[in-house]
Amino acid sequence: MAGPDRGKGRSDAAAPVIELRGISKAFGPVQANRDISLRVMPGTIHGIIGENGAGKSTLMSILYGFYKADAGEIFISGQRTEIHDSHDAIRAGIGMVFQHFKLVENFTVLENVILGVEEGRLLKPSLAKARGILRKLAEEYELNVDPDARIEDLGVGMKQRVEILKALYRQAGILILDEPTGVLTPAEADHLFRILENLKSEGKTILLITHKLREIMAATDTVSVMRRGEMTATVRTADTTPEALAEMMVGRKVLLRLDKSPAKPGRTVLEADNICLTDADGVERLKNVSLTVRAGEILGIAGVAGNGQSHLLEVLGGMRAATGRLRMNGQDIALTGRAADGQARRAAGIAHVPEDRQREGLIMEFHAWENTIFGYHHDPAWQANALLMDNAAIRAEAAAKMARFDVRPPNPDLAARSFSGGNQQKIVLAREIERTPDLLLVGQPTRGVDIGAIEFIHQRILDLRDAGAAVILVSVELEEILSLSDRIAVMFDGRIMGERPADQTDEKELGLMMAGMRTEAA
Amino acid sequence: MDLATLLQVLDSTVRLATPLLLACLAGLYSERAGIFDIGLEGKMLAAAFLSAAVAAVTGSVWLGLGAGILAALLMALIHGLASITFRGNQLISGVAINFLAAGLTVVIAQDWFQQGGRTPSLMGGARFEAITLPLAETLRAVPVFGPIYHDLISGHTIPVYFAFAMVPVTWWVLFRTRFGLRLRAVGESPEALDTAGVSVIRTRYAAVLICGVLCGIAGAYLATALQAGFSKDMTAGRGYIALAALIFAKWRPWHALMATMLFGLLQAVALRYQSLELGRVTVPVQAMDALPYILTVVILAGFVGRAIPPRAGGEPYVKER
Repeated sequence: MAGPDRGKGRSDAAAPVIELRGISKAFGPVQANRDISLRVMPGTIHGIIGENGAGKSTLMSILYGFYKADAGEIFISGQRTEIHDSHDAIRAGIGMVFQHFKLVENFTVLENVILGVEEGRLLKPSLAKARGILRKLAEEYELNVDPDARIEDLGVGMKQRVEILKALYRQAGILILDEPTGVLTPAEADHLFRILENLKSEGKTILLITHKLREIMAATDTVSVMRRGEMTATVRTADTTPEALAEMMVGRKVLLRLDKSPAKPGRTVLEADNICLTDADGVERLKNVSLTVRAGEILGIAGVAGNGQSHLLEVLGGMRAATGRLRMNGQDIALTGRAADGQARRAAGIAHVPEDRQREGLIMEFHAWENTIFGYHHDPAWQANALLMDNAAIRAEAAAKMARFDVRPPNPDLAARSFSGGNQQKIVLAREIERTPDLLLVGQPTRGVDIGAIEFIHQRILDLRDAGAAVILVSVELEEILSLSDRIAVMFDGRIMGERPADQTDEKELGLMMAGMRTEAA
Repeated sequence: MDLATLLQVLDSTVRLATPLLLACLAGLYSERAGIFDIGLEGKMLAAAFLSAAVAAVTGSVWLGLGAGILAALLMALIHGLASITFRGNQLISGVAINFLAAGLTVVIAQDWFQQGGRTPSLMGGARFEAITLPLAETLRAVPVFGPIYHDLISGHTIPVYFAFAMVPVTWWVLFRTRFGLRLRAVGESPEALDTAGVSVIRTRYAAVLICGVLCGIAGAYLATALQAGFSKDMTAGRGYIALAALIFAKWRPWHALMATMLFGLLQAVALRYQSLELGRVTVPVQAMDALPYILTVVILAGFVGRAIPPRAGGEPYVKER
């Protein structure tokens, strides 16, 4: 089973442990990877950075045998290696931690670890062996996980450890991590990077894929930059700066810091008192959530995904019924029944950019121009007469909106599906912002959006605030919360753990609150 | 009700539950692997016909059984091709198999035997014989246990014993073997199995073929043990009842035994008490006959608590994009 120098390779530091030559891959008309070459030295942490859709994940999936390259060669430890499926990759000593975990939810940790590498036909001996090895790995790398816990009962941080353990159990010498920190609290992310340092000192090679510049700067030895399916540069991390990397990712200069004037909060726009929500499974999603937002300020709601932020947004947006009290501009508004639907909310001056734009924000098969009026389609301005809608007017207005929001391509007759993530988001944003709402609810505004578009979207949200609207921003990107918000509330387990003015807190404090710890001032 | 009557009802419960149990376990293998199978009915029907036909021609029930299994395997292969290889809709493929079997069996039976879509009645070695377990006669005199052993436990055909033995076997295979671990994994999260370097397609085919074998035995039992020959639509919805039982059993082997026994009991009661006198009200025979089907509807409507099917069930496996 042992490869020539799997997992080690320190003896031969001059030769790359992974070498890709001329890898290309197309999905239909989209060229995801174009003639990519990459050399990764053994015993290093090698970062791969690029915008969403730059082709990082595709490249790694090819290396792990999940996709098949159209052209190109892979060399592992100098040997040309054919990787047709994950089985080949595992044999070559490659382990991968996917962004979306590949775990069987109702299996135990142990069962997940042995899946595919069982010893013999019966489970018992494999389970016993795995238990022993897991204990050793836990000591060696700070990777403690209860081997008998069911995956569905574990938090995301733990699940990720299971994925790493799976790779180590398969004696991977090369570990690929795809956007590993997206779902982690800052403390969990720090722990992960300690583990990675440990693995590196054991001689293992780590490929870290991320779009976060900070992580690249902090954790990697070498960094390769991808843009639009091509590998644009590989540099030593010590020799570069975040600004330089961002420029290489986007292909032009990017402002990493937002120019934000201090907020001038006015009257109270929204007051929520003791909002409670229990879902169909009987799980309490929101526990006595109270908050207020004033005109001209942005309230950021931080938290690890799945701690109630999404539910709160849905309740406020009229997508879910809840109990408690909600006042908008001093008027009570309903939390249940017909008067609590999205239409009623819009009538009350609340606009909503939902978290999942592809499912809730847009109808993907419909044209862009149709998508620009959903939720406002009863507006008299769009009706030609009692029966028919004035499609020409809608189409003309859509074209104007798309021009103002720099949607590319600016063609209102394309289906929503044919736009990139950033441009889809601009269509939703244009629809919701241009009505000048009193309150804008916005969830994950830049998830899956490229850096160039992020800048634009952030600026539009700030402009709306400066025009006197209240904004509630839910995001799992702490950086985004910190740079946009005026006040920050942190949610954990359906509760608001505390609230801070944005300029009097930092990632560390918020991170603790996101992990459920109360800090003194709370 | 005295012990003898009770034993008679229970005895016929066992006989009637056997095809349900086999079909239910067949569905369990398939659905645990993520392939929904409403074609149990069609597979059983095809197996019932071919087993009866071959048994009638050759006079050997074992050849009949083999032919029945072959017929069901062929149907299972079609379902596998449609839903695994070509990633089609599993419900539609299942419905197609049911129609195919319902039509083909009658047409071919008519062509081969000219008896109005039936096979000739099976006799002697062309049917499964009841076997008497050792000591059944000797122990008969023992109070309570004797009659139970003699009348209820002993005196069934081999497929009955096989079906009941398949319950612990299925449990053991699913939860104690490598194959079982992979089979359950592919029904919950095929991408986890795929990235662990195991073929999703092969694992699913294995499950679907096992499903075919068990359906084959169930169908052969219907035509060569429970009845003496094939008649049109003789499965009478047993495939669907088995599916309901599978949901009722929450996809677990021991629960499947309980669930199918319950359905068997209802069928047995309906057979025995053609009209039931309850004081001044007489429950008509039609109502009694309808009981198992009514229970099926009740179960499928979700009145038995939440049953969570295997997470990847019904979804063809396509790698992202």
